[in-house]
Amino acid sequence: MLKIEKLVKTYKTGDKALKAVDMEVPRGQVVSLIGPSGAGKSTLIRCINRLVEPTSGKVWLGDVEISGLNAGALRRERRRMGMIFQEYALIERLTVMENVLSGRLGYVGFWRSFLRRYPQSDVNEAFRLLDRVGLLEMADKRADELSGGQRQRVGICRALIQNPALLLVDEPTASLDPKTSRQIMRLITELCAERKLAAIVNIHDVALAQMFVQRVIGLRFGAIEFDGLPTALTPEVLTAIYGEEDWQATIRKDGESGELSV
Amino acid sequence: MRKPDTLSDRIDRPWRKPPLIKSLWLRWALAIGAAAYLAAAVFSIEVNWLRVYEGLDRGAEFITSFARLDFVSRAGDIWSGMLESIIMTVTASVVGIAISIPIGLGAASNIAPLPIYLICRGVIAVSRALQEIIVAILLVAIFGFGPLAGFLTLSFATIGFLSKLLAEDIESMDKAQAEAIRATGSKWLQWINYGVQPQVIPRLVGLGMYRIDINFRESAVLGLVGAGGIGATLNTAFDRYEFDTAAAILVVIIGIVMALEYLSGVIRARVQ
Amino acid sequence: MPVFPLGDDRLGWTRRTPVARLVRWAGWLIGVAAFVWCWNRISEVTTWFFVWDAPRIAQDILARATPPRWSYMDHLWVPIWDTLNIATLGTLIALCLAVPVAFLAARNTTPSRVFVRPVALLIIVSTRSINSLIWALLLIAIIGPGVFAGIIAIAIRSIGFCAKLLYEAIEEIDPAQVEAITATGASPLQVMSYGIVPQILPAFAGIAVFRWDINIRESTVLGLVGAGGIGLQLSSSLNTLAWPQVSLILIVILLAVIISEWVSAKIRGAIV
Repeated sequence: MLKIEKLVKTYKTGDKALKAVDMEVPRGQVVSLIGPSGAGKSTLIRCINRLVEPTSGKVWLGDVEISGLNAGALRRERRRMGMIFQEYALIERLTVMENVLSGRLGYVGFWRSFLRRYPQSDVNEAFRLLDRVGLLEMADKRADELSGGQRQRVGICRALIQNPALLLVDEPTASLDPKTSRQIMRLITELCAERKLAAIVNIHDVALAQMFVQRVIGLRFGAIEFDGLPTALTPEVLTAIYGEEDWQATIRKDGESGELSV
Repeated sequence: MRKPDTLSDRIDRPWRKPPLIKSLWLRWALAIGAAAYLAAAVFSIEVNWLRVYEGLDRGAEFITSFARLDFVSRAGDIWSGMLESIIMTVTASVVGIAISIPIGLGAASNIAPLPIYLICRGVIAVSRALQEIIVAILLVAIFGFGPLAGFLTLSFATIGFLSKLLAEDIESMDKAQAEAIRATGSKWLQWINYGVQPQVIPRLVGLGMYRIDINFRESAVLGLVGAGGIGATLNTAFDRYEFDTAAAILVVIIGIVMALEYLSGVIRARVQ
Repeated sequence: MPVFPLGDDRLGWTRRTPVARLVRWAGWLIGVAAFVWCWNRISEVTTWFFVWDAPRIAQDILARATPPRWSYMDHLWVPIWDTLNIATLGTLIALCLAVPVAFLAARNTTPSRVFVRPVALLIIVSTRSINSLIWALLLIAIIGPGVFAGIIAIAIRSIGFCAKLLYEAIEEIDPAQVEAITATGASPLQVMSYGIVPQILPAFAGIAVFRWDINIRESTVLGLVGAGGIGLQLSSSLNTLAWPQVSLILIVILLAVIISEWVSAKIRGAIV
């Protein structure tokens, strides 16, 4: 479904953020991307939908090669990639409903979006999604009135209303408390399962990643250091990714259920 | 009407952004009022379109005159006028800033006693309410023509501008730092010197630079009412349609303002 | 902050090194000398006899100006209406022109930093540097005296002011929101209307009201050079030395300024 070939990103400052990354994500698989700050996790995600222009390499979504598209075609492909952000990145001064509907911007024309005259099917879908994440009665509230967890759910709705094939998720829980973090991660993985979505989830909380995803990729200095099952994350592997540290407390023990404390 | 809050209430119903002004009646009243005012305002302007059309040539001439600036034929007037503007700016800024510091301290409610606070706020209010040009007219009537009236005008305007902002700055300063100095048993002046001054100096320098910039721009128009500076020369140039000279003067003014802005950027960066 | 030995076991401390102290003293000396020189220049061209006579003249004017000639108010309603229109229409035109200029000038929205941005910045600095009275002089020379020239003068002067504040607001927006809208596959216009405009709308409204307030002040004096509004009456009253009318007009202007400041403070309070 998603295929990345020899992806390189070198910033103008000379920083090599990504050094020839290869990876493949099949349909419906949720992958979490772990690694220390500055390992290139955010850059990798942004190179896929070209919010950051890759220096070289290829990205395939289905049979479309994203890296070679012109501006118009790139916008059409971006509709198939929903993105969820660390600080939610909602338009604070617009209502929840407008924020969700803004996920349809790639499908409606400028004047329709400017006058907020979205097709009824979009409006229905927006209400269904808000109902699904439990925020229906917040629809006409302004986004800056919501709590962190609620805002992130609006962010999820905005990504899903695009009707994407792939979710790009950048540190979805970094600004949330532990309980809300688990709820948000569970919501994302559940929705991916319901809709057979592939997802790449940047996350720095290793235990949280192990709890919810089927596959973990470890990035260090812009190169893939580990790619495997969550259970294969041993202290040795973590040391290879993050450097020397006592890892015993971080890793989930076998048989311990991550769901108990929620 | 019941607030719709279940999915079936919401679905297949049109959705509209909640309006900014809730009351439908008020919304329309405001819209119609605004439209009526605009129409009345536009229709009450008498424009002599023939005159405007004739003026287009002169406008074009003025714009092209920027390509052939004439500094030479009135070099003496430009030089003395500019020098007078700069002199007025310098003296008025120094005196104005010097006076506005005590007034600014007096107008800050957290450090000044009430009677002083009221007096200083009164001075600020009077200074801010009076347009520079109007002050200049009155001062020219009282003190006679010349840069003295301009200098007094600009000093007076500086006091209103700077004291108000300085007072607001002091009122919003970090109380903990000032309290720490007070706790050492310092005298009032020491307290101002150590507890208040370091907090407000960077902004005072920035505002002072900004005011110098404003004073220079204002000094360029005070000449229109006889209060000295380049304005008189500029007025004569426009009256005689000497656009080359006028454009030259404008270029000098813009150049000096740009230089002042650049300078204030450098100084502000150094102070902070 | 240098520490130096005092000869025995003790150490002395001063805030600055000797060289730094010398430089500071030299700086102060040059500053004071410049000020004194400037002051002397002003003093040379001032007729001090008039200055010493000033208190008597001021008293004389005050005696003539009171009481204000209230009946003259009948002649002022139309000029007041004109003044309001000059300020409001001028501000509206300026805002329409300032928005595109601001987007071209902001680092994060300009199409080209090398070619377009400097042009936009030049428009901003040149319209901002020149006082509205000078713009009025120019426009009167080009299109003739009247309200229309006043409106255009106010509009031109305000472009730079509004565009500068607006582009600074644009540069301070949260880039994550723009990124999020871009990631949905929105077109550039949609990114602007969803990602940027809602973020700068409060700043825009604040700037508009703020500038309108300033423009009310400025349009009261535009008449002095013939650009319409209440300043025309002020100018003719001054020319005929009709002091009771002058005092009435000054009261009206003062009221207008106070009311406009109150209105703008209320609106800004409601926005934020």
